[in-house]
Amino acid sequence: MPIKVLVAKPGLDGHDRGAKIVARALRDAGMEVVYTGLHQTPEMIVTAAVQEDVDVVGVSILSGAHMTIFPKIMALLKEHDVDDIAVVGGGVIQEADIPKLKALGVREIFNAEATTQELIDGIERIVGETGRDRSRREAGAAR
Amino acid sequence: MQTTEKTIADEQREWEQLTLLPFTARRPESREAFRTQGGAVLERVYTPAHVADIDFSRDIGFPGQFPYTRGPYPTMYRAQPWTMRQIAGFGTADDTNARFRFLIAQGQTGISTDFDMPTLMGYDSDDVRSEGEVGREGVAIDSVDDMLDLYAGIDLEQISVSMTINPSAWILLAMYLVVAEERGFDRTKLSGTIQNDIIKEYVAQKEWVYPPRPAMRIVRDTITYSAQHLPRYNPVNVSGYHTREAGSTAIQEVAFTLAAGIAYVEEVVKAGIDVDDFAPRLSFFFVSQIDFLEEVAKFRAARRVWARAMKERFGARKPESMRLRFHCQTAGVSCTAREPLNNIARTAIEALAAVCGGAQSLHTNGYDEALSIPSEPAMKIALRTQQIIAEEVGIGGTIDPLAGSYALERLTADIEKGCFDYFAEVDKRGGVVKCLEDNYFQMELADAAYDLHRRKEASERHIVSVTKYRDDSANPVVELHHADEGAADRQLARLRKTKAARDANAVSRALDEIVRVAKTDENLMPATIAAVKARATGGEIVNALRPVFGTYVETPVF
Repeated sequence: MPIKVLVAKPGLDGHDRGAKIVARALRDAGMEVVYTGLHQTPEMIVTAAVQEDVDVVGVSILSGAHMTIFPKIMALLKEHDVDDIAVVGGGVIQEADIPKLKALGVREIFNAEATTQELIDGIERIVGETGRDRSRREAGAAR
Repeated sequence: MQTTEKTIADEQREWEQLTLLPFTARRPESREAFRTQGGAVLERVYTPAHVADIDFSRDIGFPGQFPYTRGPYPTMYRAQPWTMRQIAGFGTADDTNARFRFLIAQGQTGISTDFDMPTLMGYDSDDVRSEGEVGREGVAIDSVDDMLDLYAGIDLEQISVSMTINPSAWILLAMYLVVAEERGFDRTKLSGTIQNDIIKEYVAQKEWVYPPRPAMRIVRDTITYSAQHLPRYNPVNVSGYHTREAGSTAIQEVAFTLAAGIAYVEEVVKAGIDVDDFAPRLSFFFVSQIDFLEEVAKFRAARRVWARAMKERFGARKPESMRLRFHCQTAGVSCTAREPLNNIARTAIEALAAVCGGAQSLHTNGYDEALSIPSEPAMKIALRTQQIIAEEVGIGGTIDPLAGSYALERLTADIEKGCFDYFAEVDKRGGVVKCLEDNYFQMELADAAYDLHRRKEASERHIVSVTKYRDDSANPVVELHHADEGAADRQLARLRKTKAARDANAVSRALDEIVRVAKTDENLMPATIAAVKARATGGEIVNALRPVFGTYVETPVF
């Protein structure tokens, strides 16, 4: 089964160029991609991740609210008992905040310099590490 | 007719055979094709043969004269330089007011206001959706009390004030008018601009509240109100900046923007207002990207297309209705996080393109643009960059100095053609609003952005310090603007104070009146001004109208 990714745009900021390019590049690389659209709350993102049964949530945020939004997403994933879903991030995230985000359990932050190939390789590696069983989806198992 | 005279095309072929080919046989060119950032293939060299279809009097002409290719005014920068208008906004009204005063003290000649995301989207600071965003990317404005402090001590009859605000623009305009009234300024002397360009929000910037059709009615109401009461005010700033920053081509930037302009004119004309009574106050906003030549051509083409569209489509008679005036901002996306001081050079080149293209006002980005909202030192250098161009370079001495360049005139004409092709396509698809609802612009943009990204990754053009000349050992640390963690709490306290001091019954009556007006075809502005005066907040007004207008829900496409 292909890796399934939820590309998510939380908060109020409308900078979706990167999110859309990432969504298309991952799709072109053979992954299954769901894009949430803009202005999602952490609750909406986690609900979508559970319903779509994704392997990865990619959060794109350029508003500066990342230190408010990532902790909420991580806590909600835990609450829903799906913290095996890997969370990665991108956007405008200052260097100093990256260790803090990783300490929260965010697997990787891809900054604006990351190439789409680095992104694809990174996501494949991370999904390999989480060892999420994707065959369930094939069997039609829903959570 | 037989002629023995060699044409220029013949001469070029001869040159290619005798000079070029032997040369490239020894030393080939570095690549197959050279493209503009917008993807247009550049000729190796341009000659009069490439501009044979361009007529000086018809297509180029003189500044301040139809078709305004060379500029909207006959004297341009010989009269005065462009307005240097650095945008600012963060924290509370007091914080931003201090930045405005700093910029004015440094010689800035206009004010431009950036609002935080909640204000832009019509949420009050105490809304749950606002958490983490209050005062973060711009200044938080909940009520007219904030607006009073935002422009405190600034003479609003003397300095023009621009506000980057869209779905809730009519409320901010109402607040601005109440501030002017409470401080005793004459409305007819207020000059300034609200962005108020809702169409490009659905395409590119993505700040919306209501669906496109009621949103167009709000824009119409602000334009007609301004036409009647605010003779020096620009009630809409039709913007290509965000579309280009979101990855469009240069042609799309101009075409989508002017198509939006056409849609607003149609909307107001439909309401029975004569085109010449409001079109002179329409203004525009473009990016200045790093592709110098293409950008200068783009600005010139935009003026020509608008002049022709206004004349031919709407029968405009006043010259002021046909001449396009624009604000310009250097390209945020061209700035890199790596070696940020290099952005000063990029910004200078982009600023020069804006000036060669005849911009009326300009914001130059800070070197820290890719990292955070700008620090004071970054803004100072950005302003100095404009001042150096204005005072030292001498480019303003002659108007439209690059006109007549074969390459520039060809690119200008090609961009113009690209725009009219898009207009024809939009008309065929049922107009701008229909195209928005059908995601036409959104998909065109997504395709262009993806194509641009792939060309970037194929290193069609390198980005210095990122894809070439990368130096991992030297990334100078620059002092960044620090988000003020206390600003949100201070803003919440301000909001509580305003709510405690007002007459709640008066507010609720004023909101009821706005709802009543919204259900009719009356102009929304007077009722909104009354509500703002009673200290209704932006979020209260926006929410009161949701049941009438609905809430826009995007169908995401990528």
